[in-house]
Amino acid sequence: MRKNNRKIMMAGAAVAAVFSIATIAAGEPKSGYLSAEPETQAMQDDDFSNPAMLVTDYGGDLWSTADGDSGKSCEDCHGDAADSMKGVKTRYPTYYQPWGKMINLELRINECRKDNQKAKAWKYESKEMLGMASYIGYQSRGMPMAVDIGGKATPFFTKGKEFYYERRGQLDMACSHCHEDNSGNMIRANLLTEGQINGFPTYRLKWSGVGTLHRRFKGCNDQVRAIPYERGSDEYVNLELYLAWRGRGLAVETPSVRN
Amino acid sequence: MKNYALPLLGMAALSIASLTVPADAKADELVPFKIVNGNSIPASLTGKAGDPAKGRDVAINRKKGNCLACHVMPIPEQPYHGEVGPDLNGLADRLSEGEIRLQLVNPKTNNPATIMPAFYRTEGLHRVAKNFQGKPMLTAEEVEDVVAYLMTLK
Repeated sequence: MRKNNRKIMMAGAAVAAVFSIATIAAGEPKSGYLSAEPETQAMQDDDFSNPAMLVTDYGGDLWSTADGDSGKSCEDCHGDAADSMKGVKTRYPTYYQPWGKMINLELRINECRKDNQKAKAWKYESKEMLGMASYIGYQSRGMPMAVDIGGKATPFFTKGKEFYYERRGQLDMACSHCHEDNSGNMIRANLLTEGQINGFPTYRLKWSGVGTLHRRFKGCNDQVRAIPYERGSDEYVNLELYLAWRGRGLAVETPSVRN
Repeated sequence: MKNYALPLLGMAALSIASLTVPADAKADELVPFKIVNGNSIPASLTGKAGDPAKGRDVAINRKKGNCLACHVMPIPEQPYHGEVGPDLNGLADRLSEGEIRLQLVNPKTNNPATIMPAFYRTEGLHRVAKNFQGKPMLTAEEVEDVVAYLMTLK
């Protein structure tokens, strides 16, 4: 077993113990974990049965594999991810000076690949990106989401909030109609959740695989018969910022397991 | 000049016909309707009474009305009924046919904040997916079928 994988398993056991005693106070954000079926929760609780761990382990392999014209791996610059990447997920999306706008973890990974590793960008929903984003996110497991919406982030936060309350599609629904006004209610056979994002990338049973948050956004937009945005688009990154703020304080569960 | 008369007559006849044929002849265009007292569309969109059995099917169909997504209804063979909107048992005791019709056509007339989609509206929507642009969620005939079905809920 690889060094990284051993660490994953050990940390996973500790996090599982924390989740199993999780309680919610009224008015606080509620993780989708709490409304998942017990079997689904059990899959997430045990890293050996969490199907997303295969992808996460693959990310760990990529972390120590040289790539691009630099001939360097992530590890060559960043060292042990368990130290250097701890807490990173809790702070994203974050304001990115070179772009003058927000950047999320997936897009930041590609920036590092292009600028430092001199490697080609990964496709947003590629196995490589899912692996690396899951692996880096995993280093923050159990830590509270704590995105910064002050300063230069504020106008992007406002845009994300406007998106959340804007009706769209033939069904003419905003995110808020389902995930704020009706969270906890059944919509036919499905339970509407708060739409918290603390577990992404997530293994979704419906997908039979791991997917990004922006894939989930697209699915929601499709369901209300709206034109979705591109993964990694400004619109989705701003929405991600707003949702990260709504879920502030929730423990990072990456990679989670959901319906 | 006489030879122009026939085609002109024909065109006139066509334009009259397009005003009177049922809505499902062209899905992209809505038939005109009149809201009375701000809360009711008393007249049938098709000029005919709907079929309650077909309306029940539309209410169940996930790609059509999918009323069960949000409402409890007296449709026991379907296992999952949503709890987002009000229970529709006894609806016809509470609302008139015209009020039910308006609620289906555009519920935002009565409640601008509602989650409920407008089932017969194509304007004023944002970023509608290509396949659904310019099309109402239900045809006028389907709206009338659902109205007829809901009127049986007494």
